[in-house]
Amino acid sequence: MATLQVELVAVERKIWSGEATTVIARTTEGELGILAGHAPMLGQLADGGVVTIRTVEGEDLVVAAHGGFLSITEHGVSILAETAEISTEIDAERAREALRRAEGERDDPEAQAALRRAQSRLRAVGESV
Amino acid sequence: MAGSLRALRRRIRSTQSTKKIFSAQELIAGARIVRAQARVEASKPYAREITRVLSALASSASLDHPLLSERENPRRAAVLVITSDRGFAGSYNVNVLRRTEELLSLLRQEGKEPVLYVVGRKGESYYSFRDREMADTFTGFSEQPNYSDAQEVGRALIEAFTAGEDDADGGPGADGIQGVDELHIVFTEFRSLLAQVPVAKRMAPLEVEEVEEFDYEREDRERGVAADGGLQASYEFEPSAEGLLDALLPKYITTRIYAAMLEAAASESASRRRAMKSASDNAEELAKNLSRQANQARQAEITQEISEIVGGADALVTSNAGD
Repeated sequence: MATLQVELVAVERKIWSGEATTVIARTTEGELGILAGHAPMLGQLADGGVVTIRTVEGEDLVVAAHGGFLSITEHGVSILAETAEISTEIDAERAREALRRAEGERDDPEAQAALRRAQSRLRAVGESV
Repeated sequence: MAGSLRALRRRIRSTQSTKKIFSAQELIAGARIVRAQARVEASKPYAREITRVLSALASSASLDHPLLSERENPRRAAVLVITSDRGFAGSYNVNVLRRTEELLSLLRQEGKEPVLYVVGRKGESYYSFRDREMADTFTGFSEQPNYSDAQEVGRALIEAFTAGEDDADGGPGADGIQGVDELHIVFTEFRSLLAQVPVAKRMAPLEVEEVEEFDYEREDRERGVAADGGLQASYEFEPSAEGLLDALLPKYITTRIYAAMLEAAASESASRRRAMKSASDNAEELAKNLSRQANQARQAEITQEISEIVGGADALVTSNAGD
């Protein structure tokens, strides 16, 4: 089966790269599943969304990506994010704490960004928020 | 005589203890360079990808974006200067500030009024000592900048740039904020452990050629990686290409600020290590000379004491013989 070459890079470091069979992401327009041979595309990832990478080993890599872009070329998929975390690295307790704190300040745009970051972290670890 | 010996010993001791400080600083700076270089490397994949995406976008979208288009009659130009927070770094700050002065006088010759944005306490004190106005200052992270620091700086600059869009005839435009028409950055490029060069670059309006000729692209070509040419025309965009450009360009500028800060941090540590190395070498040399002098003084003191004793004994002998 054809595979995709996936690169997941955050600003401060490269987070993951490897072969995958499917990538599922949510852009500002809607949910999107990518298989090998997808048409070239550039998309902006929705804030607070998660990206799921199904690796060739059959594992699901769930990533909380914030402030990101998705670029699909004939060579593969690159996911660019300002911050990105793989679900296994996420501290759910801290994310919940951040969510509670951010919910208190609805008017502050910084808090709103923090809120969405916390939401995407929690979604990545499988909670529904 | 004894007094000068004591003074010399005291100076030797103080020289040796400052030398200890210098060599500790040298070691710290040495460790920081390695870490800073690793961070420069770690940030490259993102910079490379975002440049690729932007080039792909640039070739498809109609390039009509405030950050890309040259303004008629630019009046004010923002200059972001990246200096260090701490001293003890040799000529690092002097060099970058000198390069800034060159850029400022060039901008003034072109009839633009420079507006200063300063990163680092050293630059801040340089300009406040000279009573020069600064639009904004950012301090406290020069040695280990985070992306959030770059975002803060980037936000301030992009806001000023956006506010400058409607400025007319030297006064603020409809939004009542006096903005800027150009963004420049001055930072120290880390070429190697021995060479750090202060450079001035224009960040906005971005030139499309500049986007295409970005360093990483060139590196790629040299390494024989083909640019994804040919395909670019058939990209799909979500949302529209214009919407993407809107979201992407500020991030691209922030990425460039971040890259500049990382380079500057590596350069700062490299200059500091070099400065501290020569300082501790000098201290060592000084201590050696001083201890030579101290030994001489000690020897002279002993000689004098011996001759005094011998002279005293002689006098006793003669006075006894006289009895």
